[in-house]
Amino acid sequence: MSLLTVRELTIRYDGNAVVDELTLTVGPGEAVGLVGESGSGKTQTALSILGLLPRNAEVRGSIRFDGKELVGAAEPELDTVRGRRIAMIFQDPMQALNPYVRVGEQVRRIVTRHGIADGADANARVLDMLERVGLPDPLRQSRSYPHQLSGGMRQRAMIAAALITEPQLLIADEPTTALDVTVQAQILELLAEIRKDTALLLITHDLGVVARSCERLLVMRQGRLVEYGTTREVFARPQHRHTRLLLEAAPRLSGVEPPAQMDTPTRLAIDAAVVRYRQRGHDDLLAVRDVDLELRGGETVAIVGESGSGKSSLVRAILGLVPAESGTVTYLGETLPAEVRRRSAAHRRDLQLVFQDPVGSLNPQMRVADIVAEPLVVHEPELGREDRRARVLDVLEQVGLDEHFASRYPHELSGGQAQRVAIARALAVEPRVLVCDEAVAALDGSVREQILDLLRHIQRRSGLSILFISHDLGVVRKISHRVLVMYLGRLVELAENEHLFERPRHPYTRALIDAVPVPDPAAPRYGATLKGEVPSILAPPPGCAFHPRCAFAEERCSTDEPQQQRVEATTVACHFADKLEL
Amino acid sequence: MSAVAAALARARGNNAVRLCGGFLVVAALLAIVLPWISPNEYQQTDFNRILRAPEFGGMHWFGTDDLGRDLLVRTMMGVRVTLLVAIVASFVSLVIGVLYGAIAGYVGGRVDAVMMRFVDTLYAMPFIFFVILLMVVFERNFLLIFVAIGAINWLDMARIVRGQTLSLREREFVEAARLNGVPPMQIIVRHIAPNLIGVVIVYITLTIPQAILVESFLSFMGLGVQEPQTSLGALVNDGAKQMEAAPWTLLIPGGLLALILMCFNFLGDGLRDLFDARQSE
Repeated sequence: MSLLTVRELTIRYDGNAVVDELTLTVGPGEAVGLVGESGSGKTQTALSILGLLPRNAEVRGSIRFDGKELVGAAEPELDTVRGRRIAMIFQDPMQALNPYVRVGEQVRRIVTRHGIADGADANARVLDMLERVGLPDPLRQSRSYPHQLSGGMRQRAMIAAALITEPQLLIADEPTTALDVTVQAQILELLAEIRKDTALLLITHDLGVVARSCERLLVMRQGRLVEYGTTREVFARPQHRHTRLLLEAAPRLSGVEPPAQMDTPTRLAIDAAVVRYRQRGHDDLLAVRDVDLELRGGETVAIVGESGSGKSSLVRAILGLVPAESGTVTYLGETLPAEVRRRSAAHRRDLQLVFQDPVGSLNPQMRVADIVAEPLVVHEPELGREDRRARVLDVLEQVGLDEHFASRYPHELSGGQAQRVAIARALAVEPRVLVCDEAVAALDGSVREQILDLLRHIQRRSGLSILFISHDLGVVRKISHRVLVMYLGRLVELAENEHLFERPRHPYTRALIDAVPVPDPAAPRYGATLKGEVPSILAPPPGCAFHPRCAFAEERCSTDEPQQQRVEATTVACHFADKLEL
Repeated sequence: MSAVAAALARARGNNAVRLCGGFLVVAALLAIVLPWISPNEYQQTDFNRILRAPEFGGMHWFGTDDLGRDLLVRTMMGVRVTLLVAIVASFVSLVIGVLYGAIAGYVGGRVDAVMMRFVDTLYAMPFIFFVILLMVVFERNFLLIFVAIGAINWLDMARIVRGQTLSLREREFVEAARLNGVPPMQIIVRHIAPNLIGVVIVYITLTIPQAILVESFLSFMGLGVQEPQTSLGALVNDGAKQMEAAPWTLLIPGGLLALILMCFNFLGDGLRDLFDARQSE
C-alpha cells in the first residue's frame, strides 16, 4: 500500500485552477520527483499535502496519508502529522529558519514539541542529528545563529530539523536551487544517504536533479500532470512534448557542439585587474586578484565560478561600475578610465549590461517604451520623438516583442519578457560588447533556451562580443567560445570551450564539471568530489586558495601561490597542472 | 508624468479617494465662494444677535458667536486658513524634504553625513517653543506659521526619503542608467523620485493633518492668526469658552476640523495604492 495517495486533487483560487485533477502516489521509502516550471502548481501541491495553503484556496479531491484523509482535516489533527510524520524543507533556508534562535535550539524545539525526548536526551539527539547531516563541529554550530552559517550549512540544518522526528515522508521543495553546484551535489548526496526509511517527494524545475535521486517522476505543466513513469523510462522515452522540452533544456556537457572559435582581432582586453572593497572596521575585501582576459570580436567568453568567486566584481570593474584598484581595461586599443562617469559617451555606449533579475533591472514606474528609449535619449539626443519610437519598436521586434508591449509596465511582463526588454534596452544603442550577468539564471528552462537562441542570433548577425557570467555549466558549454573559471577572485583556468570540458587542467574545474546534474539516470552518482564549501573571501586560505578542498593538494599548495602558466592551449593556475590526469 | 496620469485614471475606481477627495474639494470651493456671496462679513459684529443658535434657511445658518458675527462665514474663513496652511506647509516640506533627502541618499558618503547631521541638529531644537518665542518677539505674523510648520515637517520627510533612496540607489535599473551616463540629477528625477511617490504620498497625508493640528494648536493658544482673522483652531478656542451656553460655536468648527483631518488620512491610504503602478490591473 502506498504511503501517500493524492487523488484528483484540484486547487483553485478565485475559480482559477492552479492544480487540476492531479493524482500521485508515494510508496514507503520511495523517492518520487515532481518536476515542472514555475507556475506548474508543484509547490501548491506540496503545500496542500501539509494543509498550508492560504485560506482563499479552494481544495477538492483527496489526499490520504497512511490511510488518513488530510483534505478538510482539522488543524489539531493536521498537527499530529505535520512536522512529525511529514516533514518539509524549503528552497531558501534563510527564510525558513528563525534568525533570532540558535540553530541547535530550533531543532531541539521540534524534538520537545513532538514529545520525542526532552532534557539532556533531546540535546544528545540534536547533536547526533547535526553530525549526521554533516555539520562540522556540531556542538559549536548548534550554538550559531542562522546568519552565521553558510548557505549549504543552513540547508543541512534544515534537513536535520526535518529528519529529527524520523518522518515517513519528506517533502523537499527546490532544496538545492539557491545553492552553488558543488554544494548542490553534496546536499543531494546527503539526502540520498540519510533518508533511510523516509520516503521523498522531491520538487524541482531541474530534470538533472531528479535523474539520479528519484526512482519515479511526474512532470507537471500548468497544473496538470502531463507525464509520469519510472525515471529510466521517462528519460529514455519521453512521451509528452513538454517533457522533451524540459529534457532539452536540462544541462548537458557531452555531445554538445560548441560554437566555432573566432580569430577576429581583440576587442576588449583586461590586464591584471584588481578590485578591492574597503570596509570600515574590517579588512579590505579583495574581490578580484590579477585577472587577465581578452574578448575578441563576435566572441562569447563565459566566466564561471561559485558565489564569492569575484565574477560579478570583475565585470563591474570592466564596465566601470566599481573602480578597479589597478590593472587596465583596453577597448579597441584605447585604455578606458576606471570609472564609468569618466568614460566617453561613445565608450559607454559600446559596453552594455544585462542583469540577472529581469524585473529588478527595470524601473517599475516606467513603461517598456521609455525604459528601452533611455539609452537612446542619452546617446542620440538628436533623434526626434517619432524616430526614437521607431527605433524602440524596431529593437523590441528584434528581441521578439511586438508593439503591444511598448506601453506595458514591467510588472505586467513574465520573467522571460522582462529579460527581453532588458536585452532590448542594452541593444538599443547597438553596443559592441554585451555583458550578461547571470542573465538567464532566473528563467525557466524553455524560456532560457529562447533567450540564449536570441543572443546567439544577434551575435551572428551583428558580430556582438558577449561576456557571459554564469554558474550553470550546461549553458556555458552550449554558447561560449572560451571559458574563464574563477575561484575566490583568482583566475583558475582559462581555455577554449572544448578543451576546458574535455580536458580540464585544474582540479576545481574538474569538480565543477562533475557536480553538474546531467539528466541521465545511468550516469554515475553525484561526483561530490569536492569537500566543504567556498571559504570566506574575507579570509582566503594561504597559498593556493583552493587547496583546503582539493583532493590532490600537497604541502607546497598551502604555502606557495601557484602562478598562471600555459599548458598547451590552456592558461591554468595550479602547481601540478601539467602532471595531473583529471 | 505617466505615473500621475495613470494614478488619476485609477482614482475614479476607488471609493475612499472619490469620497474624501470630493469632500475636500467641495469644502475648499465653499470656503472660497461662501464668504463672497454671503450677505454677512466675517469681521462684522452685531450686538443685537449675540450667540444666536443655528437656523438653516435663516440669516445665520451656523448661528453667531459672542460678538454677534456670522459663524458660517467665519467657519469658512477658518477652513480657508486651515487648508492654506496644510497645502503650503506640506508643499514646502515636500519640495525641500524630497530634494534634500534624495540628494543626500543618492550622493551618499561625506555629503550624506554632513546633510543628515544638519537635520539631526535641527531636530534637537524645541520648535514649538521656538515658534512661541518668535511670536512673542516679533509681531504675530501669519507667514511665521508657515515657516514654523514647514521647518518642522521637512525634516521627517528628508529622513524618510533618504532611507528609501539609499535602497533605490542600489537597484539594478539605477545601475543601468548610470552605465549609460544618465546625469545624476536626471537619475534622481526619472528613476528615484517616481519610486518614492508611494512613501512620499503616505507621509504627506500624515504631515497635512499634523500641520493643521500645529496651526490649530498655535491658534488655540492664542499665538496663531490674529483677530479678526480666524482659523478653525481659533474658532474652537473661542467656542470652548462658551460651550455650555452655545455648544454650536464649538461643535461646528470642531466637527469640521475633525472631518477634514479624517478625509486627508483616508485620502492618503487610497492614494498610496493608486500611485503604485504594480497595483494597476
